[in-house]
Amino acid sequence: MDNFIKVLIAKPGLDGHDRGAKVIARGLKEAGMEVVYTGLRQTPEQIVRSAIQEDVDVIGLSILSGAHSYLFPEIMNRLKKADHSDVAVIAGGIIPEDDHKKLKELGIKAIFQPGTPISKIVDFIENEVQK
Amino acid sequence: MEDNIDQLYADIQRGNENTIAKAISMVEDGTKDAVKLMKKVYRNIEPAYLVGISGPPGSGKSTITQSIVQLWRKENIKVAIIAIDPTSHFSGGALLGDRIRMDKISTDRGVFIRSMATRGSLGGLNSSIYDTVLIFSLAGYEYIIIETVGVGQNEIDIVKLADTTIFVTVPEAGDEIQAYKAGLMEAGDIFVVNKADRPKSEQMVLTIEQLVSFRGDKEIWKPPVLATNALQDEGITDIKKSINDHHIYLEEKDLLQKNRREVIRAQMINLMEKKLNEKFISPILKDQKFFKHIELICKKKEDPYSVVNELLSL
Ligand code: B12
Ligand SMILES: Nc1nc2c(ncn2[C@@H]2O[C@H](COP(=O)(O)OP(=O)(O)O)[C@@H](O)[C@H]2O)c(=O)[nH]1
Ligand SMILES: [Mg+2]
Repeated sequence: MDNFIKVLIAKPGLDGHDRGAKVIARGLKEAGMEVVYTGLRQTPEQIVRSAIQEDVDVIGLSILSGAHSYLFPEIMNRLKKADHSDVAVIAGGIIPEDDHKKLKELGIKAIFQPGTPISKIVDFIENEVQK
Repeated sequence: MEDNIDQLYADIQRGNENTIAKAISMVEDGTKDAVKLMKKVYRNIEPAYLVGISGPPGSGKSTITQSIVQLWRKENIKVAIIAIDPTSHFSGGALLGDRIRMDKISTDRGVFIRSMATRGSLGGLNSSIYDTVLIFSLAGYEYIIIETVGVGQNEIDIVKLADTTIFVTVPEAGDEIQAYKAGLMEAGDIFVVNKADRPKSEQMVLTIEQLVSFRGDKEIWKPPVLATNALQDEGITDIKKSINDHHIYLEEKDLLQKNRREVIRAQMINLMEKKLNEKFISPILKDQKFFKHIELICKKKEDPYSVVNELLSL
């Protein structure tokens, strides 16, 4: 009956930049979504377990440290192993264009650069969840 | 169809986390399968021991929860946590941030953390909270902690579900604490003054002890008032011991079953309200006629008392 969209916003690795993640978390809440924010320094194991227990529709990874090429494959592998690949994974932060193709091949649905208006992210999530 | 439900039930009982999580979502969304599942659960499952932890935002509820859970885990006790945050009345969204302070237990296989929004915007208890308690009970969790922000009536209703209710405050709360007297103060079985590393905590302990002493003398359970510093794990064993003492007290006085009957009663009222709402009130609200009546009442051509009787055919 009620259909709420639930999103996990996670910051993988040792990256301490949390402004973007907080901006996104608040923005999605204001758009009517239920947002689980897990705070800084999450391991891939923590992120995947939180996503399973919370049964989120979307995982949003925020990363500005440059470690995405190492952390994202780890997260996607763990999701697959846990039989939880049906969740949509998106990302944002400082992620150079050159890396986008590889990350999308891993199954990351979209990557949002600095300056992206929140409405664009909201639209993307709503579309993705309706599929 | 029935086979599906039996399979779901068995998978939950086996402790499959994916299934437990999906079942909770079904209950939250109020699906037909959720109703079928819950019918079976209610007929078979005794709830696990339920601890409520409430108090103002930032008082340290999540931090304390993590510390208590760590103590139970040393004894290999399985624990589930339902961390509830308010739904925004403006957007319908919610920010669920309790996991930030539960980092140390988030990968423990014996701990299940689920964040939930209050949702129930029309007032009254969100019935999926107690259903979630029963799902965790089916899955074999021995203790269940419900964390809520202690502010409104909604939260007091949640707290009333619990067998033992812990009310957390901080030394700086000062006069605010008087305001809580009416609601949560009366529901509390254990009082915690957290952040005792800060000044004035002893004063706060005394203030609460005084407030609690005003409870009728029929009250046999004397709620302990404990000072803690959750960041250093100080005083947490006292909370754990008090929970245990209160549990024993409830068992000895035959109050555990009484409390659970109260819970079922609340759950029944809740379900009836929900059904009445779905069946009778919601359709009226959607009908254009409703807005015309509002206009007419504003123009002094009608009055709400007559209109309500007419709309509900009373
Ligand atoms: C502010 C800042 C800091 C602050 C962080 C404060 C905080 N609590 O967040 C401080 C001063 C602490 C800091 C420290 C450091 N920083 Co700094 N920092 C920045 C800076 C200037 C701005 C980041 C920011 O807050 N932007 C504002 C937010 C709102 O934008 P955003 O995070 O990009 O988010 C937007 C999008 O990316 C997207 N988005 C982000 N996350 C997500 C998630 C999802 C799911 C979605 C859909 C979208 C999305 O949507 C947001 C809104 O549009 C950037 C430079 C820059 N221009 O980005 C450098 C930068 C990120 N920092 C950098 C560095 C190197 C560091 C330090 C290592 C510096 C040092 N040598 O000490 C430390 C490391 C700290 C740590 N522990 O990790 C580098 C990173 C280089 C890299 N990746 O290769 C940058 C890029 C600067 C640079 N050009 O060199 N930093
Ligand atoms: N000084 C101090 N800070 C604490 C203590 N317990 C928790 N905190 C901090 O208080 C803040 C809020 O804690 P949290 O557990 O999230 O509170 P909640 O909103 O009640 O769940 C966090 O920054 C904690 O680290 C304590 O005993 N002493
Ligand atoms: Mg909390």
